[in-house]
Amino acid sequence: MVNLKINGQEVSVPEGYTILDAAREVGINIPTLCYLKDINQIGACRMCLVEVKGARALQAACVYPVAEGIEVFTNSEKARNARRTTLELILSNHERKCLTCIRNRNCELQSLAEELGVDNIRFEGENTKYEIDDESTSLVRDNSKCILCRRCIAACDNQGISVISCVNRGFSTEVAASFGKSMSEVGCIYCGQCIVSCPVGALYEKNDIPKVQRAIDNPEKHVVVQTAPAVRAALGEEFGLPMGTPVTGKMVAALRRLGFDKVFDTDTAADVTIMEEGTEFIERFTKQEKLPLITSCSPGWVKYCEHYYPEFIDNLSSAKSPMEIFGAIIKSYYAEKSGIDKENIYSVAIMPCTSKKFEAARPEHSSSGSQDIDASLTTRELARMIKQAGINFAELPDEEFDQPFGMATGAGVIFGTTGGVMEAAIRTVYEILEKKPLDDLNVTAVRGLDGIKEAALKIAGKDVKVAVAHGTKNASILLDKVKAGEHYDFIEIMACPGGCINGGGQPVVDSKTRAKVNFKAERAKALYSEDEASTLRKSHENPYVQALYKEYFGEPCSHKAHELLHTHYTKRSKY
Amino acid sequence: MEKKTMPAFKGTKEQEEQLKAVIESHKGQEGAAIPVLHKAQEIYGYLPIEVQTMIAEGLNVPLAEIYGIVTFYTQFSLYPKGQYQISVCLGTACYVKGSGDILEKIKERLNIDVGQCTADGRFSIDATRCIGACGLAPVLTVNEDVYGRLTVDDVDGIFAKYE
Ligand code: SF4
Ligand code: SF4
Ligand code: SF4
Ligand code: FES
Ligand code: FES
Repeated sequence: MVNLKINGQEVSVPEGYTILDAAREVGINIPTLCYLKDINQIGACRMCLVEVKGARALQAACVYPVAEGIEVFTNSEKARNARRTTLELILSNHERKCLTCIRNRNCELQSLAEELGVDNIRFEGENTKYEIDDESTSLVRDNSKCILCRRCIAACDNQGISVISCVNRGFSTEVAASFGKSMSEVGCIYCGQCIVSCPVGALYEKNDIPKVQRAIDNPEKHVVVQTAPAVRAALGEEFGLPMGTPVTGKMVAALRRLGFDKVFDTDTAADVTIMEEGTEFIERFTKQEKLPLITSCSPGWVKYCEHYYPEFIDNLSSAKSPMEIFGAIIKSYYAEKSGIDKENIYSVAIMPCTSKKFEAARPEHSSSGSQDIDASLTTRELARMIKQAGINFAELPDEEFDQPFGMATGAGVIFGTTGGVMEAAIRTVYEILEKKPLDDLNVTAVRGLDGIKEAALKIAGKDVKVAVAHGTKNASILLDKVKAGEHYDFIEIMACPGGCINGGGQPVVDSKTRAKVNFKAERAKALYSEDEASTLRKSHENPYVQALYKEYFGEPCSHKAHELLHTHYTKRSKY
Repeated sequence: MEKKTMPAFKGTKEQEEQLKAVIESHKGQEGAAIPVLHKAQEIYGYLPIEVQTMIAEGLNVPLAEIYGIVTFYTQFSLYPKGQYQISVCLGTACYVKGSGDILEKIKERLNIDVGQCTADGRFSIDATRCIGACGLAPVLTVNEDVYGRLTVDDVDGIFAKYE
């Protein structure tokens, strides 16, 4: 332990702590801007300057390691003035249009201006003009709001992708892809990890609310919505509910009040995905071909594979993601069953994900004749719609999803977190092969937030080796192992660290909160608790899924299932 | 988004061999990018996307990082020199006599920025410091030809000689 004094208060913290960590331990707040726990610790913005007794200059608390006996003053006049000047300089070249900004009231820069009591900006200069990049299906970059904290660059590096960097110098410095290209022209996978790392309104998702609203307002349209599992685990945060509160019932109620004609649960489709993918696995495993089978639910991961590991395209499960499986079913089976012309169905998906917007726009996802999914909104966009409609979310009653796609098993729910797809698949594959019930449904070896998780299972007398990776950087480590000759039978990969609960379309968790709570673990808990509470926890036991196969598809991986529920992939360039 | 014009890349097999040798000799070294970029610029005269991509691949460094370095240091150039290299002096003497306006006019005419080259590869523009001909201010050069005591109206006449 290291002993030091902060503002006269004795503090004792483990070695390796920074002054910032130590101060937070005893409840002393030091403002920060570029610092983002576990992602960006580069001491660049100078917002966290403190006085260290004996040191000549002010020091950046976020990178200054504690040392025995040092005395720190976080609130001296010198430190306060320096921070204020820094903030005023940042603000002087910032497009200060809070009222019309996507991050109004949820912006770290705005909060700092308030905390530091900035009442006047002494350096007024001309603002640099930037072009907005909104050419991709998923992300928008508006550098007039960018404060060059580099958190997005670090987040992208953390994904092992690194398609953005600081370019040019001096007043022309900006964060961008190389050669003035749009994000749609480089190997960006649209995971949106940069968005959820940004403290301000410089990065956000492509706004698809207007087209959804137009469909709702059109009486001709039958507007169907589905919601992914991770959405219910985080949506409450947007309305001030404690992190990790599952808000399934309120979310359904809100969607009805927004005017959606049917509110369905993507988890039902996740159960279908497991039937297809599980069957595909059993086939490949029996024939010992194209192993490891790798899951394909995460569009960020699929795009990553297409750009960076095309040699694994054949290993990807051809089963569509739950969202797309649902999209295909709604405009075929559901349309026929309910006697609605599929041309009049408008199919919306609420996803924790920005890459899903790209998945929805893929030309191959139009088995119904038009795009199977007409719009994919993020959790944040849904929250915006709810606020704009004047719905008091916290006081909504709990309501149930509509049938026949409102019943999911616990297996479908845990899809939203890393390890969930694998666990769900194991529950089903085990019972099909063993022809007897699995005793312990909790496959804990694939749970948790370790970057790569492995398990050796024994199913029907055979060894089955599985692995789970989340975050594309971990994926690349795992795939390199496979390339080096390590054998696995089944691999789950999700593009975002933690899985969909930390998707790029989820509510933004600010830097201070991230430092205090493990938000990924909290959100994952919400999903596991819903799984535990389910009476049915295995995809193949879902009666609606059973009926779907009986009435329509015959059996998993049948000809019809292949037509509607499976897809193919395309090799893409890295640059 | 605004797309920059760029003459087609005309790298040769020999140049590529040379660059590969340079990359090979720096592989695995800490901070290899900057020396390799310097050599690459000697080999090709500039650093277009094709060259930066080879370096990124060869050193296993993200292209975005290479591009960030190239745009940070002024000694690196993204553009080749044109068949006719126009240099406008922005030294004090020339500047006070209006070389800034002359530069603006040239940029407008060619529709490129300082440091860039026209898509057909004919003209590139540089801004220089005092070239020691202050008596003739404002001064510009086109390759070896020097033009002095210029006004904005002289620009068209100069271009007429090279077009
Ligand atoms: S980024 Fe923050 S400070 Fe800037 S305009 Fe938006 S809300 Fe206001
Ligand atoms: S969306 Fe993902 S891959 Fe694209 S720039 Fe952001 S972090 Fe990088
Ligand atoms: S876009 Fe956001 S995260 Fe990236 S440097 Fe700018 S302010 Fe920081
Ligand atoms: S320098 Fe410490 S937060 Fe930016
Ligand atoms: S200032 Fe232009 S030649 Fe000296």
